[in-house]
Amino acid sequence: MAKLDLQGVTKSFGDNPVCRGIDLTVDEGEMVCLIGASGSGKSTLLRCINLLEPIDDGRILLDGVDISEPGLNPQPIRARIGIVFQSFNLFPHMTAAENVMLAPRRVLGKSRDALEAPVKALFERFDLGQRMHHYPDQLSGGQQQRVAIIRALAMQPEIMLFDEITSALDPELVGEVLDVLRQLRTEGMTMILATHEMAFARELADKVCFLDAGRILEEGPPEILFSDPKEPRTRAFLSRVL
Amino acid sequence: MTDQTSLPRGSAPTLTRRQAYEQRLRRRSITIAAGSTLAVVLAVVLLVPLAPGWDAVKRSFFNGEVFAKTFPGLLDAFLINVAIFLWCAPIIAILGLVIALFRDVRSPALYPLRLFGAIYTDVFRGLPVILVIYLIGFGIPGLGLPRPWNSPYIWGSLALILVYAAYVAEVIRSGIDSIHHSQRAAAASLGLSDGETMRYVVLPQAIRNVAPANMNLFIALQKDVALLSFIGPVEVFRQAGVYKSLLANFTPYVGAAVIFLALTIPATRYADYLMNKQRRRQS
Ligand SMILES: Nc1ncnc2c1ncn2[C@@H]1O[C@H](COP(=O)(O)OP(=O)(O)OP(=O)(O)O)[C@@H](O)[C@H]1O
Ligand SMILES: [Mg+2]
Repeated sequence: MAKLDLQGVTKSFGDNPVCRGIDLTVDEGEMVCLIGASGSGKSTLLRCINLLEPIDDGRILLDGVDISEPGLNPQPIRARIGIVFQSFNLFPHMTAAENVMLAPRRVLGKSRDALEAPVKALFERFDLGQRMHHYPDQLSGGQQQRVAIIRALAMQPEIMLFDEITSALDPELVGEVLDVLRQLRTEGMTMILATHEMAFARELADKVCFLDAGRILEEGPPEILFSDPKEPRTRAFLSRVL
Repeated sequence: MTDQTSLPRGSAPTLTRRQAYEQRLRRRSITIAAGSTLAVVLAVVLLVPLAPGWDAVKRSFFNGEVFAKTFPGLLDAFLINVAIFLWCAPIIAILGLVIALFRDVRSPALYPLRLFGAIYTDVFRGLPVILVIYLIGFGIPGLGLPRPWNSPYIWGSLALILVYAAYVAEVIRSGIDSIHHSQRAAAASLGLSDGETMRYVVLPQAIRNVAPANMNLFIALQKDVALLSFIGPVEVFRQAGVYKSLLANFTPYVGAAVIFLALTIPATRYADYLMNKQRRRQS
């Protein structure tokens, strides 16, 4: 059974259809990259998967259970699916460590003491041991984004969603954030990335999906999709960005 | 340009051309400001005493003897203002916060709270403070309540609390609105409920953002405590009135003004300082 299974997901904002019937399966430990032009619906799809946006129609199955059922309490499901945003969205009034501990304490009911050691270990794993007690505005963009990843990981999610997490970074900071993704990849984390980093998608993705006007126009392993795209629109998009 | 030659190169070798230019500009404006201020002060000092009524005004408003005699009594009376302020302020802060939260509830079951919050702030921001003080301060004891429940201190304070809580609620609500929705999204994505998001993520930031605005409100409250004198309490303004009648001299009012200013000017300056600091941080 697939870890995550989207079946005919549709979503409109007013009369602007943004997802127009999206089918996608993601297996345990798989890394899927969403590519596509600006406005093609990548962010919206990710936000729908972790229920920040309710979908209009279709189904989203997590471990075979429909999580898109209208009226379902989204909180416990969101706690199982981590998301990292382009603009970090750290809480500016809390230190990096407090940012990371907030949800485990309030949602999972863990004590500060019990979190101390695992959180420290997380920061050290991503080379931020020295920055735990800094406030977001005392951190570089790359460091902030890594803290945002740690914050999502601290909930021990089953799937991680990444929405163009390197797009707001200075070029020299992109590498350190991509390294974190490589690390997660080797640890077998199930991940979906919306990304403009084609080289990265080609290097690591199991599957690349090309989104066009709210549909997955073409999908496949990166070696095939990047070198031999079938659809003219995919070809046109790739020739623009590669 | 002749700038090059007029630069004070020897005296300040570290200044760039731009800095030197700005320094000259700054010195010039300081000189002009000082000159014009001096001219105005001189004109006031020299001309006002020439006014035909000046001697009479000086005797009845700036009488040193009366000032010295009444000032300690005024200070004593001012303690009442301080006391009223001190018990009103925390209640206003809490009530203002509660009303602000009422206005943010989303659940339809709680819609009445939302409606109540909106009506409450509209009504109490729409009335003159003195009118609320009269209505509550005279109206409720008029029901014939037994002592101590007919005290004007209680009902006057309640009037101030009701009015000021409405303003504080609006200020806090504007602070809540100013927090970018991506903060709420980030909190929600971690599994926090709406209430937890408000409590741990939105409110702490909102309240900090509007702290200077709230401080200005509390400064205004400190002044408006004097309005309670109209329904009874002998605070500093009323005490000054008593002295005025006793001594047939207006100097006690000046004394009361001095006391208010000694408190409000530093507080206003501090609020402005906070506000500027905030603006710099946000830009
Ligand atoms: N909250 C919203 N309300 C209304 N319209 C929205 C909202 N969010 C997104 N949209 C619209 O949905 C469409 C898809 O947006 P989305 O952000 O999902 O695209 P994207 O593929 O992530 O683009 P980008 O590469 O620029 O991030 C756009 O036309 C956008 O204007
Ligand atoms: Mg996007």
